[in-house]
Amino acid sequence: MNNSTYLLSTLIFLPILGGLALLAIGDTGDASSGRARGMRWTALAVTLLALVLSLGLVTGFDTSTAAMQFVEKLDWIPAIQASYHLGVDGLSAPLILLTTFITPLVVISSWDTIKSRPAQYFAAFLILEGLMIGVFASLDGLLFYVFWEFMLVPMFLIIGVWGGPRRVYATMKFFLYTFLGSVLLLVAFVYLFVQSGSFDIAGWVDVPLGLRAQQTIFIGLLLAFAVKVPMWPVHTWLPDAHVEAPTGGSVILAAIMLKMGGYGFVRLSLPIVPDGSAYFSALMIGLSLIAIVYISIVALMQKDMKKLVAYSSVAHMGFVTLGFFLFWHLSTNVGAALGIAGGMVQMVSHGLVSGAMFLCVGVLYERTHSREIADYGGVANTMPWFGAFFVLFAMANSGLPGTSGFVGEFMVIVASFKANFWIAFFAATILVSGASYTLWMIKRVVYGEVANENVAELSDLNHREFLVLGALAIAVLILGVWPEPLVNMMSATIENLVATIGLTKL
Amino acid sequence: MYNYYLVIVLSPLIAAIIAGLFGRQIGRTASHSITILAVGISTVCSMLVLYRMLLGTALPENISIYTWFAMDGLRIEIGFLVDRLTAFMMVVVTFVSLMVHVYTIGYMRDDPGYQRFFSHISLFTFAMLMLVMANNFLQLFFGWEAVGLVSYLLIGFWLKRPTAVFASLKAFLVNRVGDFGFILGIAAVAYFAQSLDYAEVFASADQIAGQGISVWPGTSWNAMTLICVLLFIGAMGKSAQAPLHVWLPDSMEGPTPISALIHAATMVTAGIFLVARMSPLYELSLPALGTVVIIGAFTAFFMGLLGIVQNDIKRVIAYSTLSQLGYMTVALGASAYSAAMFHLMTHAFFKALLFLAAGSVIIALHHEQDMRKMGGLKKYMPITYWTALVGSLALIGFPGTAGFFSKDLLIEAVRDSHWAETDPWVYWIAYLSVLLGVFVTALYTFRMFFMVFHGEERMDKEARSHVHESPWVVTVPLIMLAIPSAIIGWWTIEPVLFGNYFGDAIVVNQSRDVLAHLGEAWHGRLGLLLHAWQSPVLWLAVGGVVLAWYLYLKRTDLPGKISKRFSSLYKLLDRKYYFDDLWINGFAAGGRRLSTFLWEKSDQGLIDGFMVNGTTNAIGRIAGVMRQLQTGYLYTYAFAMIIGLTAILGWLTWLR
Repeated sequence: MNNSTYLLSTLIFLPILGGLALLAIGDTGDASSGRARGMRWTALAVTLLALVLSLGLVTGFDTSTAAMQFVEKLDWIPAIQASYHLGVDGLSAPLILLTTFITPLVVISSWDTIKSRPAQYFAAFLILEGLMIGVFASLDGLLFYVFWEFMLVPMFLIIGVWGGPRRVYATMKFFLYTFLGSVLLLVAFVYLFVQSGSFDIAGWVDVPLGLRAQQTIFIGLLLAFAVKVPMWPVHTWLPDAHVEAPTGGSVILAAIMLKMGGYGFVRLSLPIVPDGSAYFSALMIGLSLIAIVYISIVALMQKDMKKLVAYSSVAHMGFVTLGFFLFWHLSTNVGAALGIAGGMVQMVSHGLVSGAMFLCVGVLYERTHSREIADYGGVANTMPWFGAFFVLFAMANSGLPGTSGFVGEFMVIVASFKANFWIAFFAATILVSGASYTLWMIKRVVYGEVANENVAELSDLNHREFLVLGALAIAVLILGVWPEPLVNMMSATIENLVATIGLTKL
Repeated sequence: MYNYYLVIVLSPLIAAIIAGLFGRQIGRTASHSITILAVGISTVCSMLVLYRMLLGTALPENISIYTWFAMDGLRIEIGFLVDRLTAFMMVVVTFVSLMVHVYTIGYMRDDPGYQRFFSHISLFTFAMLMLVMANNFLQLFFGWEAVGLVSYLLIGFWLKRPTAVFASLKAFLVNRVGDFGFILGIAAVAYFAQSLDYAEVFASADQIAGQGISVWPGTSWNAMTLICVLLFIGAMGKSAQAPLHVWLPDSMEGPTPISALIHAATMVTAGIFLVARMSPLYELSLPALGTVVIIGAFTAFFMGLLGIVQNDIKRVIAYSTLSQLGYMTVALGASAYSAAMFHLMTHAFFKALLFLAAGSVIIALHHEQDMRKMGGLKKYMPITYWTALVGSLALIGFPGTAGFFSKDLLIEAVRDSHWAETDPWVYWIAYLSVLLGVFVTALYTFRMFFMVFHGEERMDKEARSHVHESPWVVTVPLIMLAIPSAIIGWWTIEPVLFGNYFGDAIVVNQSRDVLAHLGEAWHGRLGLLLHAWQSPVLWLAVGGVVLAWYLYLKRTDLPGKISKRFSSLYKLLDRKYYFDDLWINGFAAGGRRLSTFLWEKSDQGLIDGFMVNGTTNAIGRIAGVMRQLQTGYLYTYAFAMIIGLTAILGWLTWLR
């Protein structure tokens, strides 16, 4: 392995320890006090440090190999062969970078919008960042599960404490949905442990399993991951959670937590139970297409901007699962890697675009305390810079070439055409439906005469908001104009993955 | 040449970014100076490219700049294919764009969004150049969507106007319907050719044409037909061919300079360019060409008819644009690609001219667009009058003008095309449409011309006292466009149509090469001019002008009577054949209703209400029942234990 740094451990525990420190010091409850200011700066410093450190994953990354890199392995619970085993490959490294890129932006965007208990708020995000990186970096099943479940706690608090009026319903729904999904994950892990004698994920990939066992494990994993993605029909927690979550919570939820589900499929489901995946692949493609077609239609008539963006997320995440499960429906092997890469690119892109969309809604909500589309109109007159950003991200959400939103969808549509004309046909409907719901919202919010006094009094973006949206805009454009570095980072790993899932375990 | 092309493409982009981001800081003059300078550089460089191609010192080049991505055997490189077809389009695009830039200084003088406007039209120039210079389908699609984006932004430029905002959304979404077909076409190309690079795809064209695909179980389609039809759906959106034409008339809500640049001269011709560029593919699929002919013929004739009943000056020209795009499309379908491209060029000049002249009239009358409130403007606006006359004559194909050569040859090409033998139905539909379309064109064109410049002065006193000729930044572009509208046909017809100008860029199957056939009988441009009076085309045009003169200058009471007499026909035209109703009340409203239904009944009702909350409630109810069992009395528990024990024992014995 290339080196023996503790980079991944640092990335995981730096934010967690930073968050714990914030909790320990605490604040006086007064958001404008000097102490609270110190808290914010600390949070920002920690997340920026994590971002800078994570660049080491780019500079030190060997794109020519599918092997795990930056590996760390220590005994953890020797009795059950569980170890503290970390490492990244082309699938996890981009998602870790996404996490370290988004989190500081969330901190900046929440700078003075959180009035109550800022220390706890920022602490929750820091701890969450470390846990999310932990999920992506874990190579041990038990460790993965611990991070996976712990992640719920800070998010539960973020929505439950700093959320909107219906936050209790939303948090309970969020928690029960995801928690019930995850219970079977543990059962599946225990079964795999029994079969292989360890919690090593690489060992699980090699362990022979019968078809029935694979189907059962697949279902167990599916429930956990499908809830997270979320796939139709287990998606209804997402709009509620988003609507009630504070802006920062929505951004993290949409940008990163949803990616856990997609990541779970490629990291665990596909390689460990290839025959189970094959057995259910038609179902998965069907559910993905339902997400793309049906959810897009539902999104059209949403009256709440956050709900609209939430439904849009579900539809766009449909491309992720669609791309991942094309493998078994291709006449030749060409296209499988393209589909999986498309799904991965879509995850990264969706992280940026949906995060930006939620931030845009948050910018408006901060000023008028309304997310209703009907309460706006002609925002561009009073907020021209905001209007420009909102239109840009809306275009990215509609999959305009030149923005990141296009790349993944394009790859998946091309790959799915290789499988079946009609899969590509239904997937491509997002060109029309995605543009319809997104730009219709833009028309009603951004364009037109100034609709009411609230809009007339709006002030344009402040420096912090400009910085955050500007950073996302640059990322969205760079990824859209030149996706090769990202694709190149993943390609060796994905080709290896395709070779792995091509080998039946039966 | 590599850097050269980058300069051509990137200078408008850089100027757009500067004017867009820092417009407020650098001010109005700096914003228009920098964008005009940048587009001027592109224009001069493009002309040099063309000039060197004509001299033969520059050969077609296919260069790649960087890898967009490479994955799974699909390698997509961003790059330029600059051959004679590209150079031709580059000059048309940059020249018209430059004229429009200069004109905008005058037209948008009082607009608070001045810098934004310049930024957008420069960005448009960049996007359009990317489209025409692409050497692969992906970049083509990038340019394709980018021009659509700028079109969206510019139609909605006056963002306080509800009609403009509506029109911009409509334009984008209708184009997206076309792009839906387009992206499937690109996916099909990637599937059958394993590449998106033009050169590689064209090289494997024969092999693609030999394959079949079963779209519907039990049927087999030729792969090439599928690809070409799907790509053409994209072209129908961008080039506003029926039934995807509905966005173009509404796009007139945007400022007039962009109507000239985007919605007449350049962007809407992207579909025509696409099919010409893909001629090596289209030539291998007769059904696809048939589709192209029929769609084009329908658009050419029926959209022209709508121009007759419009009263908004810009909408008349917009319907005229639809009809002329239909002409080009028919020529494409008749395998006369060069004729289509030739008409595209002359049309770009005279249609941009007409739009800019209309804009000159509109600002002179303080943003009045209704022709019923115009009239007699000839004496107030002489330069606008004479340039508009040149444009109108070119549009109807008056002998000697640019439009004469391009339209006459186009019609001859359709007349002599292979469709006469291949499929007489297609042939007669196409030929009659383009032939009768000449009469319609002359009628609506001169109806507009007479209503605006001649006859009674119908504007109110206040407006009349302010009417004057436009400033030089407006009239100079008019004159600069009037010159090519008058002479470029005479000047270029021989090399473009018969001189093998396009070389290898356009491929025509020999058995269908109608232009080669016409070339054999070619007696020179003077001969064509002198024999113009022998062809029905001229007489149809003259008839149209005379009828317009009679109805709109001589007997101005007649049009009203005619529309009353034939009220059902008039209503059909006035309602634009109910296409708008189909799209808006049919698809758009239907989509909204379906959305509400699915959301309320399925998402909230079935999934959330029944399944999710239902489960919660059920658990609550079951718990309520179960709670009753926890009585706290020992005998109840003992009884339950006995029942349970019996049940388990029974089960175990049964299992055995």
